[in-house]
This record gives sequence, structure tokens and C-alpha cells, in this order.
Amino acid sequence: MSFPLLTVTAAVPALGAVATAAVPAAKRAAAKWVALAFSLATLVLAALVLVRFDPGGSRFQLTESHAWIKDFGVRYELGVDGIAVALIALTAVLIPFIILAGWHDADPLEEQRPNRRWRPTQGFFALILMVEAMVVISFEATDVFLFYIFFEAMLIPMYFLIGGFGDRAGERSEEETATQRSYAAVKFLLYNLAGGLIMLAAVVGLYAVTADDLGTGTFSLQEIVQSRAAGDLSFATSTERLLFLGFFFAFAVKAPLWPLHTWLPNAMGESTAPVAVLITAVVDKVGTFAMLRFCLQLFPEASKWATPVILVLALVSIIYGALLAVGQRDIKRLIAYASISHFGFIILGIFAMTTQGQSGATLYMVNHGISTAALMLVAGFLITRRGSRLIADYGGVQKVAPILAGTFLIGGLATLSLPGLAPFISEFLVLVGTFSRYPALGVIATVGIVLAALYVLVLYQRTMTGPVKAEVRSMPDLKARELIVVAPLIALLLFLGVYPKPLADIVNPAVDHTLSVVDEKDPKPDHPVDAGWFSYSPMHDGASGGAK
Amino acid sequence: MENLIGLLVAVPLFGAALLLCGGRRLDGKGPYIGTVLAAASFGIGAVLFADMLGRGEHDRALHSTVFSWIPVGGFRADVAFQLDQLSMTFVLLITGVGTLIHIYSIGYMAHDERRRRFFGYLNLFLAAMLLLVLADNYLLLYVGWEGVGLASYLLIGFWQHKPSAATAAKKAFIVNRVGDVGLSIAIMLMFTTFGSFAFAPVLAEADRAGEGKLTAIGLMLLLAACGKSAQVPLQSWLGDAMEGPTPVSALIHAATMVTAGVYLITRSGAIFNAAPDAQTAVVTVGAVTLLFGAIVGCAKDDIKKALAGSTMSQIGYMILAAGLGPIGYVFAIMHLVTHGFFKAGLFLGAGSVMHSMNDEVDMRKYGGLRRYMPITFVTFGLGYLAIIGFPGLSGFWSKDKIIEAAFAKGGTEGWILGGAALLGAAITAYYMTRVMLLTFFGEKRWVPDENGNEPHPHESPGSMTFPMIVLAFGSVLAGGLFSLNDAFVKWLEPVTGHSHGHSPLSAAAVTGGTVVVLVIGVALAWAQYGRQPVPRTAPRGSLLTRAARRDLLQDDFNHVVLVQPGQYLTRGLVYVDHKLVDGVVNGTAASVGGLSGRLRKLQNGYARTYAVSMFGGTAVLIAATLLMRAV
Repeated sequence: MSFPLLTVTAAVPALGAVATAAVPAAKRAAAKWVALAFSLATLVLAALVLVRFDPGGSRFQLTESHAWIKDFGVRYELGVDGIAVALIALTAVLIPFIILAGWHDADPLEEQRPNRRWRPTQGFFALILMVEAMVVISFEATDVFLFYIFFEAMLIPMYFLIGGFGDRAGERSEEETATQRSYAAVKFLLYNLAGGLIMLAAVVGLYAVTADDLGTGTFSLQEIVQSRAAGDLSFATSTERLLFLGFFFAFAVKAPLWPLHTWLPNAMGESTAPVAVLITAVVDKVGTFAMLRFCLQLFPEASKWATPVILVLALVSIIYGALLAVGQRDIKRLIAYASISHFGFIILGIFAMTTQGQSGATLYMVNHGISTAALMLVAGFLITRRGSRLIADYGGVQKVAPILAGTFLIGGLATLSLPGLAPFISEFLVLVGTFSRYPALGVIATVGIVLAALYVLVLYQRTMTGPVKAEVRSMPDLKARELIVVAPLIALLLFLGVYPKPLADIVNPAVDHTLSVVDEKDPKPDHPVDAGWFSYSPMHDGASGGAK
Repeated sequence: MENLIGLLVAVPLFGAALLLCGGRRLDGKGPYIGTVLAAASFGIGAVLFADMLGRGEHDRALHSTVFSWIPVGGFRADVAFQLDQLSMTFVLLITGVGTLIHIYSIGYMAHDERRRRFFGYLNLFLAAMLLLVLADNYLLLYVGWEGVGLASYLLIGFWQHKPSAATAAKKAFIVNRVGDVGLSIAIMLMFTTFGSFAFAPVLAEADRAGEGKLTAIGLMLLLAACGKSAQVPLQSWLGDAMEGPTPVSALIHAATMVTAGVYLITRSGAIFNAAPDAQTAVVTVGAVTLLFGAIVGCAKDDIKKALAGSTMSQIGYMILAAGLGPIGYVFAIMHLVTHGFFKAGLFLGAGSVMHSMNDEVDMRKYGGLRRYMPITFVTFGLGYLAIIGFPGLSGFWSKDKIIEAAFAKGGTEGWILGGAALLGAAITAYYMTRVMLLTFFGEKRWVPDENGNEPHPHESPGSMTFPMIVLAFGSVLAGGLFSLNDAFVKWLEPVTGHSHGHSPLSAAAVTGGTVVVLVIGVALAWAQYGRQPVPRTAPRGSLLTRAARRDLLQDDFNHVVLVQPGQYLTRGLVYVDHKLVDGVVNGTAASVGGLSGRLRKLQNGYARTYAVSMFGGTAVLIAATLLMRAV
């Protein structure tokens, strides 16, 4: 048996969580270093997955398969395709930065220090690693039931991260902050739990169908896809649609898709900035990832049936999220609504059912993760300095903290998809992929481009420019630790904006495969230019003329 | 040689990275580093130009593919450059005027503590603008297109502590984004029509697509051009952009970036040639804007805003020419180049005046400055003569050709366009004479400010006057040189194509007409501002004057039509999201779980109750699923 790399990649952060939690109360500073070390070890493992993955190779690679619950056909089955590899890499890259950015977020207050049983620091970092482990294995699982377990279990550490840790009170009373925070945590839990439980019903339904047709029930994605292709397994139309809806509902809550989005601004607003990044950049990606992996491949016919409605909801998300971002007065809620708009783009790309749309959507997941992390973490540094999330409490920051302002601007420019930075590429691919099948939807979605410029630049203008506000005057610029967090993220945004080919090469084959399962082909151009042009040499005669 | 093209972009890009990330150590040397790198890219451009001249006229284009950028299915975008005569013209203009303005800025920004960053932004601008004109496909052009927009945003808002500058910068970016949507859609249309968006295949095979598709692409490209080139209806940002330091206004908002729209349309000539309706839209936009800008230019007392109105108007001429098709492309670009010289010179002159007048911009508080700043006066004066089209100077040659081409369009359309262009020439003569008289002639009208500081006008230092002198030479000579033996037409013809229309008027008649309207315009301005003393505060003025001072109500219009409804919409949605969407979803969830009426508890954290109830509900759901299956 070969080395179980995928299991280890998920197990290391889980072990890290245990190790971090076990650090004695008195040595809480050490817990941070333990957590950081484990997150870096995970990064190394993820890099190994990336290196060992062969983009031109078979559909799922590095596979592991063991019987688990025999009676119900549940298997411990792991495997990654290009999409999963990209998202595991994203997760592994972001977690160390999230830990570093939140270095002091869980430091006990002065009056809590003497209490030797008080161990918030250990808990905070252990929970982050726990989430990482569960997210990674969700990306790896090719058994539906296995996936479901971790998809749901993820809610528990997230619930405690949102409910247990937040920004200092700022303008509100301590009590009100606590109330708001627990409201946000409960809302997060209930929304996602509701989604998950409906999915559970569909998971059981799926088992029933496979048990009927195949004799023994199975949750194996590959087995189901193959049996369907071979004609051994067939869904009644209505059954397939119901099952699809059960799965999709859970993923749409997680993603989140309008109108199931309202938990996100609460959750991101009330939690600390690194946890907000964990929610939107990492955990939510499981939702859109699962649409690609499970909804489309398990239920291709139902996916196509539901496409029109989903595309419209995605479009509503794009514009609605952006408009609400424009109207926010709270920095973190603004970024949350911007994310809702971006998730709209991702879902639009997935259900446009073109290679550009789906590759674009996958790249979008990665790029949105990095750009939101950059913007949100710098926003967090800003909020920690002033103790307020309200945009109106800032002004003129660039004068006193130019590096902070500069990095904030770059994060913002990435959020508005400026060409040259990574998100531009994914957004354009999604647009062009949508446009080639649904021109009207593609055109309407471009409204999101303009609105993004509006909410980003208005945010920058109000916080960073203008006369320096009195409360801002003594604000220090970014410290070394903070710069270590932000600089690599910006470097990544630049690199993936200029040279996305390595990532695209990994993702493309997986997307092609997904589309072949759904049995969709890209629309052909109306008047394709001669293929010879694609390898053309310098044109000498009127290369750009035609005017003669 | 091909490899040098990439270097052309890389050199200023390296400068930008160095200056922006270099830290305080580079504060002192920054301006010189930036200037040397700008000059180096001009040097590379000159080498490429010499090389290009050495080859036959149909053998001049160079192509270089650097790497595959975005390969996804049938979607292929490369980072690849194309250098032909059209790109070359821009390269020389951008790096040449760019270098001069770097030199000027050494003096102009000498006392600004953030000047390192200023030069970093200027280098960034050069890199982006060069990318824009060197790209071999529309998507890479888009990168340069928004790159110059970013540089423009950063430079308009360079003095960010001024709220007006920050607002102007944001406005410029957002209005431009509307135009950028046009470019995005145009690229998407090209992809679905041709399966490609590289210049060579799309333009060579454009005719194969139907006129409808080409018209749509053309209109979207026009929208993009309107944004970047400040044409009606996306013109409103340019006046406010004057908040930026004056060298920026000269380089970006007069000589180079704002002419990108003209480049885009000329480059896409093959598409427009086959889409007459799109061409009609182009000439309409050009004609309307050339009058719009000119009228606004007449009413402004702020010297930079008067020049901004003028820029808008002159680009209107170029857009008009580009919309005329093969009879106009060459002249659009020729006017673009001569305008680059004289308008940059005029802005630098305005900067020189402001520099010596304690940053006063109100021309009513100038007067008689020719005695104090002779070099500025002479160079500005030559730029003035060039822009109004004084016979023999640069503007005369290029503008005259555009007016001629407009008449040559033929039919009623030709008469309307030609008439508009002639009328514009008269107004140009009027408002530029007004600027000249208010600034350099008459009595001195400045007084001490509230702190008792009285300006002491003086000539600017050599680093500032040198670029002004060089540009003045260009303003005087360029047009004549270009027209010698039709040199410019022959140079560009292999790329843009060229044809002579059938003008109902002879060339001599058109030239005579332009000289007549020129004299009328100058005379009117002299009668109003030369013959009689100028009041220090503007008189109330006619309804048109007052409207023109408010930029013909462009901002009022946008406010009522776009901003206000937008604000109501977002406010309304924030309310709806909070009260309605949230409430309905919560309520539905609660009632589905059989928990309606106890919703309030959700806020008190009775999570366990809910979880249990939900599990119960799910159990029912699962049972139902299985049952349904069994039946």
C-alpha cells in the first residue's frame, strides 16, 4: 500500500488541534507556535499533493479506499482531482496567515490572566486547525457519506469560533457585543444545520435508490457515476430532482446564495477578522466546491433542469450583494456583502456549464480566497487599532499609516478585479463563459463590475483619504508580523494575475471531465477564425488593416 | 529586435516597483531614477523606430509572444506584443512627452515630501500605457486600459488629504469602469463570434461576421472609448481630474491616456469599416463632444478647467475623424500627436504660471504675466497659436485635414459634421484667446490673500522651462513636417488604410473657411477681454454661460438620474435585506421546523431546542423519503 498522503494531509492539522489544545494554561503563548508549526506542516503536505498530482493523469488521484460501515455501503474513500487540489492548496496557504493575523485575538484580558483554567488562546487556535482538517477532508472525500459527516461537523468548531471570540466592544456596550455575537453564531449554526439536515435526507434517499438498482447501496461518487454511464443505475426524473434539491440547498446555504445569505454578514461582522476570513475564504468554498463535485456529477439531468433558476439567483446575488455592500456603514459587513456578490459570480460560472465558466469559477474560488483574506485581514488590523468597525470613524489613515493604506488599497483593487491581479482573470472567465451560452445574463452580470468599483473605492476614500481624524492621528503603521501576513498574499495575487497558467492547467482537465459527465459542450463561435491564426507568425500585410 | 518590445514595458514597470517599494532610502534619488528610466524607454523606442524605418513599408510590423497567459478550452489569451507603425507612433509620443514631463516634475514637485511615490506612479502609468498600445490582443489591451486608469486614479488623488482630490479620483475610476464594461462586452462578443480576440485574426476576418454583430462590437468599443477619452456621455470625470498635479494633467489627461479611445477605434478600423451604424454613432459622439468641450472651455475661469474643456473638445475632433473611416484614421492620429505636443505644452505652461502664483488657478486673478515670465509666455503663446490652427503651425495642418475629411463624408451628414467642426474651430479660437488674454495680457489683477501673501510672479527653473521649450518646437513644427510629402499619411497607411473622400468643397475653400472662423473667434474674444478691463469676479452671465460654468449641468444630470435613485435603491435594499429577506427566511425555517411563534428565542440563544427540533424534522423527512421510494 502506498503512503496515504491525503489522509495524512487532513490528519496533521487535526493532530495539531489536539496538540494545541493540550498546551498547559500557563504556557498559552506556546500554543500559538504549536498551531503555526502544524499549519506549516500541513502546507508542506499540501505542496506535496500538488507536486504528486499529475494534471494529465487519471480522474481521481492519490486515492485511498477502505470499507468503513459495511452494512450501509459507506466507504472511507479519498481522491483528488484538479479542482480539489487547487482548493486544498488555497486552504493550506491561508491557514498560517489566518493564525498569524489572529496572533493576539485570543489573548486573555488582564483580569483573566490569574485564572489558570482559562485557556482561550489554546481553544482559538485549536479550533482553527480543527476547521482546517475538516475542510481538507471534505475536499478529498469521494464518498458522499464521508463528505457529509465532515461538511456537518465543521459547524461545531465554527460555531465556537464565531460565538466565543470577537472584536473589542468599540462603540457598543460589552453586553450588547456579546448578545450580537451569540446571535450571529446561533444564526450561522441554524442556517447551516437546516441545510445539512435536508441534505441528510437526500443522502439517505440516494442510498435507497442505489440499493434498489444495484443490489447493494453505495455512496461512492465514482461508482455512482460509472453505473449511471453503464445504464445499471437510473433515477426517476422526480427522484433525481428532489435529491438534487436536497444537496443543492445545503450548498447554497453554505456558499451562500441569495436569499439564504443573511447569516453571512452577521457571522463575518461579529467574529474577528481572521475568523471572518476562515468563513468566507475557506469554509464557504466547500459549498461551491460541492456543487461542482456532487450536484453536477451525481444529478446531471436535475442540474440542467434547475439551471435557469439557479442562474437567476446567482445574478441576483451578484447585484444585490454589491448594492448592499455600497449601502453598508460597517467595514466588515461591507466585505461580507461583497463576498455574497462574488459567490454569485462563482455559482454563475458553475451553472453556465462551459469550460470557461467552470474553470473561471474554480479559479474564482482560489482568487476570492486570497483577495478577501488580504482585504479583510488588513481591515482587521485597522479595526484593532481604532476599536471600531464603523467606516465613519476613520479618515485620513493613509497620511499616518501609508503602508496599511497601500495594502488595503491593493486588497480592494483585487476585490474589484483590477486587471493584472488574479481575480480579474477568474471574473472575466466566468463572464465570458456565461456570455457564450447566455449573452443577456453575461451582460447583466457586468453591472457587478461597476458596483464593485463603487463599494471598494468609496470604502477606501472614506477610511483612508481626506483630513486626518483626531482618533486616527496616533495610529501606528503595519508591524512586521502584519506585513508578513499581507505581503505574501499580495505577491500571490500578482503572480496569479500575471501567470495563472500553472493553476489553470491543473483545473482544466477536471472541469472538462465534469462537463463530460453533465454532457455539455461549449458553444461554438459563429464565424470561427481560421485555426492557422493561432500559430500565426508576425503579420506583414495589413495585419490590422482591412481598410483598403 | 522583437525582444526589445517587452523591455519597453518592463523598464518603466521596474521603475514603478522600485520606487513604490523602495522605502525612504530612495526619497532623494527617486525623481532622478524615475526620469532616467522613462528616458531609457524612450531610447529603446528610438532604437526600434530606427530599425522599423530600415524595413520596407509593408514589412515593418514586429510580433513577439512572451508567454501563454490564460488558456482555458477554446479561450486563448497570450501575453504577446505587436509593434507596427500605429503602435510605434504612440510609443514615441508616450515615452517622448512622458520623459519631458518627468523632467518638468523634478522641478514642479521638488518640495513635495511624497515625490518618490509620485514618480513611481508616473512610471507605472508609462508601463501601462505602453502595454495598452503594444498588446496584440484586446484582453491584454484591457490590462493596459485599466492600468492607465489605476495610474490616473492614483495621480488625480495624489494629494489625498484634499477631499476634493480623493472624490475626483474615485469619480474618474468609476466613470471609466462604465466604459470598461463596454470593452469587456466587446471582447466577449468577439470571442463568441470569432473564437478569438487577438487583433490579427479578428480584424483580418471581421467582414465574415454579419453587420449586426460588428455594429454591436463597434458600439461597445465606442462606449469604452467614451469613458477613457472623456466623450459625451461619459465626459464628466475629466474636469474634476484637474485636481491632480499639473504635470499629470499634461501627460495623462491631455497628451496620452485620454487619447486611448482614439487608438482603440483606429486600431479596430476593420470592424468599424464594416459597421456603418457604429460609425455614425462615433462621429455623432465626436461632433457633440467637440462642441460640448469647447462651450465649457469658454466659461471656465480656472485655467486648468478651461484647458480640460479644450482637451475634451480636441479629442472630439479625433473621435470624429476616426469615425469617418479610412478618410479620417490617419488624420485622427496626426491630430492626436500634434495635440500631444501643444496641449502638453499648454498644461505645462499653466503649471508654470500656477507655480509662480502660489497655486492660484483663477485666471481673473492673473493678468499681464507676460512681463514676468517671458519663456512661459512665448512657449504658451506658440502652443496657443498651434491649437487655434494658426496657418503654418501644427494644429493648422492636422485640424484642417479633419474638417476637410468631415465635409468629404458626403451628403447631409458631411455638411453637418463639417459645419460642427468649423463651428468648433471658431469657438476654440475664442476660448483660447480668452485664456491667453486673461493670463498674459491686460493689467495685473492679483492681490494679497487673507494671510497677506502676495504672489511674486517669476520665471520657473530650467527643469521646467526646458520641456516647455521642446514642446513648443513640436507645436510649431510637427504638423508641417508630417504634411511634407504626405509623410504621415504614407507612414500610417499600411496599417490604417487611407482613402480620399469626395469633398463638396475644395481643399482651398475649407482652409479659407477655417482661417475666417479663426479670425472671427479671436476678434470676439479680443472685443470682450482685450479691449476692456476684466472684472476680478465673474459677471453673472447669460443662462448658457451659467450652464457652461456648471459643465452644461452634467453633474446635475448624473446626480438626478443616477446617483440619487441609486442611493434610494441601496438604502431601500439595506432595509429590505434586514427586515424582509432575513425575516422571511427565518420565518420559513421556523415554521417548517414547527417552531413558529418562538422565533424570538433564536436571539436568546436557545440553540439546543432548535437543533433538537430540526433533527426531529429531519427524521420525518428521511422517513418520508424512504417511504416514497418504497411505494
